[in-house]
Amino acid sequence: MTALLSVTDLAVARGGRRAVEGVSFELHPAQALILRGPNGIGKTTLLRCVAGLQPPVEGRIDAAPDTVAYAAHADGLKGALTVAENLRFWSSTFAGPGIDAALETMNLRDLADRPAALLSAGQKRRLGLARLLVTGRPLWVLDEPTVSLDAASVALFAEAVRAHLGAGGAALMATHIDLGLPEASILDLTPFRADPTRATRGAPAGFDEAFA
Amino acid sequence: MKALLIRDLQLATRAGGGFGLGLAFFLIVCTLVPFGVGPQGGTLARIAPGILWVGALLACLLSLDRIFALDWEDGSLDLLATAPVPLEGAVLVKAAAHWITTGLPLVLAAPLFGLLLHLPDAAQPWLVLSLAIGTPALSMLGAFGAALTVGLRRGGLLLSLLVLPLYVPTLIFGAEAVRLGAAGGDPATPLVFLAAITLAVLAAIPFAASAALRVNLR
Repeated sequence: MTALLSVTDLAVARGGRRAVEGVSFELHPAQALILRGPNGIGKTTLLRCVAGLQPPVEGRIDAAPDTVAYAAHADGLKGALTVAENLRFWSSTFAGPGIDAALETMNLRDLADRPAALLSAGQKRRLGLARLLVTGRPLWVLDEPTVSLDAASVALFAEAVRAHLGAGGAALMATHIDLGLPEASILDLTPFRADPTRATRGAPAGFDEAFA
Repeated sequence: MKALLIRDLQLATRAGGGFGLGLAFFLIVCTLVPFGVGPQGGTLARIAPGILWVGALLACLLSLDRIFALDWEDGSLDLLATAPVPLEGAVLVKAAAHWITTGLPLVLAAPLFGLLLHLPDAAQPWLVLSLAIGTPALSMLGAFGAALTVGLRRGGLLLSLLVLPLYVPTLIFGAEAVRLGAAGGDPATPLVFLAAITLAVLAAIPFAASAALRVNLR
């Protein structure tokens, strides 16, 4: 079976400093991988590299084009638009499926006509996660997906991830809390922390790295 | 891309969207100038082409920082960059939305503002035409400035400093076309130059602005 995502000997840098290096993993359809590690180790940076928002310093990231649906701390919601309008926009941008299933899955049906600005933090998060469903993309790259969710919503989210995996998708997540996904494998990034002598050096190694 | 255009226009017309802000600003500039210069019709008519073009340019500048900054703050820009829409296309669409919400109303309302400044009747069509040709360049150049300063807090002033010099050629040829029209001359030459600037900017800026955005997203 071909891997949806294959990461080989990856090193990433934030602000010109290497965060983690030598990271390798593969993600096949129906697999979930959870990244762990202390604050600041480079989980977010690694996920941004995988999403293609930032080039890696070293190593390779192999994924088919247009497979990644990325969700980070900011949900990309417009407060002036309603829940349904927000979702519809992302659905047509990604040429994904309709919004009804996503509203149902994340329990947003009753809020569909509310302006997103009036949602609570947890409801916004649910809308942000519902966006993943309307992209129709197979590889979810999620940065702390359960921030500000209550226990019931975390269970909803776990259910959505499980359904996504069941449909042949894959998920790469960075999180500190238990998602209730025992089938997910866990990769602790602590052993891959970049060499401290290089990491603490103030100046970036070169022009390219300064902008990496 | 159509969805993005519709969303941006929707956002502009909803609460806090800033639609019509540029137009109101333009109106105030055109009302203030006669108070400052005095009521002599002759003086006003002579400076009207320049004032109208400078006013249009400043009105355009007013809402530039919204082109990308809002999408940057709420994370939409990250998501747009991972969407199947090329970032160049997103830049073009967002600049187009900016033009429709600020440039186009200016073009349509310009004859009224020309009256306020005693612009000769002969120059009215040339004012509308020059603004119609020139304001898309203002929005596109502004999108480039907005892309450069997107990561900066309070980048608005820096944006103005970056963008205003780029507006100079458009201003020169735009105002010149109106002035020639007012004097009864043939404004074809400045209009052709104006169109050339707009076309060059339309062709080049999406690539420059999206390159700037990609660096800022890292």
